[in-house]
Amino acid sequence: MASLKIRGVKKSYGDLQVMHGVDLDVEEGEFVVFVGPSGCGKSTLLRMIAGLEEVTSGEISIGDKVVNEVAPAKRGVAMVFQSYALYPHMTVFNNMAFGLKQVKTPPKEIDRRVREAAEVLQITDYLDRSPRNLSGGQRQRVAIGRAIVRDPEVFLFDEPLSNLDAALRVQTRLEIARLHERLKSTMIYVTHDQVEAMTLADKIVVMRAGRVEQIGSPIDLYRNPSNAFVAQFIGSPKMNFFTQADLAKNGSKSLPAAASGAHIGIRPEHLTACTEAKALVCGTLDLVEQLGEYALVHLVSASGEAFIVKMEHPPKTAKGETMWFTAQSDVLHLFDQSSGLRIEAKSSSS
Amino acid sequence: MAAVAQTTPLSRILWPALAWTIALIFFFPIFWLVFTSFKTDADAVKPEHLFFFTPTLENYANMTENYDYWRFAINSVITATFATAFALAVGVPAAYAMAFDPSRHTKDILVWMLSTKMLPAAAVLYPMTFLTKNILGLFDTHFLIIAVLCLINLPIVIWMLFTYFKEIPKDIIEAGKMDGVSTWGEIKDILIPLAWGGIASTALLTFIFCWNEAYWTVRLTTIDAATLSKLIEGNRAPEGLFFGRLSAVSTAAVGPIVVLGWFCQKQLVQGLTFGAVK
Repeated sequence: MASLKIRGVKKSYGDLQVMHGVDLDVEEGEFVVFVGPSGCGKSTLLRMIAGLEEVTSGEISIGDKVVNEVAPAKRGVAMVFQSYALYPHMTVFNNMAFGLKQVKTPPKEIDRRVREAAEVLQITDYLDRSPRNLSGGQRQRVAIGRAIVRDPEVFLFDEPLSNLDAALRVQTRLEIARLHERLKSTMIYVTHDQVEAMTLADKIVVMRAGRVEQIGSPIDLYRNPSNAFVAQFIGSPKMNFFTQADLAKNGSKSLPAAASGAHIGIRPEHLTACTEAKALVCGTLDLVEQLGEYALVHLVSASGEAFIVKMEHPPKTAKGETMWFTAQSDVLHLFDQSSGLRIEAKSSSS
Repeated sequence: MAAVAQTTPLSRILWPALAWTIALIFFFPIFWLVFTSFKTDADAVKPEHLFFFTPTLENYANMTENYDYWRFAINSVITATFATAFALAVGVPAAYAMAFDPSRHTKDILVWMLSTKMLPAAAVLYPMTFLTKNILGLFDTHFLIIAVLCLINLPIVIWMLFTYFKEIPKDIIEAGKMDGVSTWGEIKDILIPLAWGGIASTALLTFIFCWNEAYWTVRLTTIDAATLSKLIEGNRAPEGLFFGRLSAVSTAAVGPIVVLGWFCQKQLVQGLTFGAVK
């Protein structure tokens, strides 16, 4: 277990700069998730921590030691690859033992540690099999097992669940959460799936185009996104944005003064249907998706933008008819129209 | 994507017939070579003995007794084996570096290496002969033939290996780095086992190229390092009087390589069509 410090890290490929100065602190035992759209640099940052990519400038320290020039295996990190990257020509046992053999671990010790990890991951029965005879989920466990046996200071996961089917993804996500609870190791996890980020993380790092947009706990990012990008990235379905033109007749009255000229962000789950007189925003019904537990109501606002409302019961309104909605003032998010930055309204509290 | 095969009676007869015809056209010269090798030199040129003659092993006996066949054969084996081994010893690490740690010039280097194959061998005949004979004193030595065979095949070896290595997911090599394996360990424990089929194909093709090489082996040897190519060349008779003998020598020269190729057909096809299907 160790802490991790990233200071002013930049990365360029020739003239192309892909990372524009990242600062981050990861506490001992923390589960940190890098999340962002593809191409945002989250995997590159992880690979720089792993030592698979060189750091162009800035510093990465693990524990108290700057590791910029340290070989991957000497950093005390272990990585779980998206593709699992198992050695196809070795048995499961040897896949897990390979790293230990490199550092001349005594065979008895190797055997003990591999079996212990296999026990945790419930893959003891497969130790003699070759990876090609395993299912995707089993391969993923082996990949995690290979990381565990090395007893690393920091675990690195590079989109480990994206090759699994939906059901297995949910299950494995839970197992990774349990694993973290059990091992209490520092873990850094890259994903583009905000649900994985929300469920697993102690701390989420939202990235876009080689920059950190916001760092915070999942609930903090959900409640207080610092800009429009984070607001729309975290939460599903994503946050609706309204302009002044979308407000209902009496809508602007219930808004804080700061709202004038700002984008108003309201999450689908925070909008409730109401009468025209009390309404904040309105829209015409386009489509209803019935999901049983709740319904997603798709509407079109006055300015022609699509927005979604999450409702317990599907409305009885017909397609093309107008519906009115309101929201509590403490769940309104205001963002500057040009910069996209959050505007703190007096009435909005966190 | 298995398409449903249309089995009309016509296609059931036409295609096999066409395939057999083409196969026979290709096979005929080989057949004729072997066939002629059992004729006497006199019979070989007589039209009345074109198909009907008394078979004889005279040419083969003659070849081993008077022309020292085994010396040439052993030289062919030695030079082709060592040239292939050295080409792989250099080619595997080179292709590994290019495939997994490319620089911005890797593509250019690959093209440049291939471009060396564009130089006509005849263009450097004089410098090569002069250099090896008068300066290096290596003319007609095994060392020279091995070096030449190795070097002329190296571009192809690296290209082939590069293509095979490219198909190995980079993640696996990186997983090795995370596991702390040394560069040599990566090659030995990960790369070679994973690319074994490709390396074997490359080795086999290189061996065949070396075995069949004639331009340099004929011109840079006299007797000590002379290979089977030289033996055939030595039995060349422009006036066409010794067809029987020449056929026997040629049969004995291509025989081993045909047998080798036959047993390794699968590897060879894989090697010859590499990169054809992604």
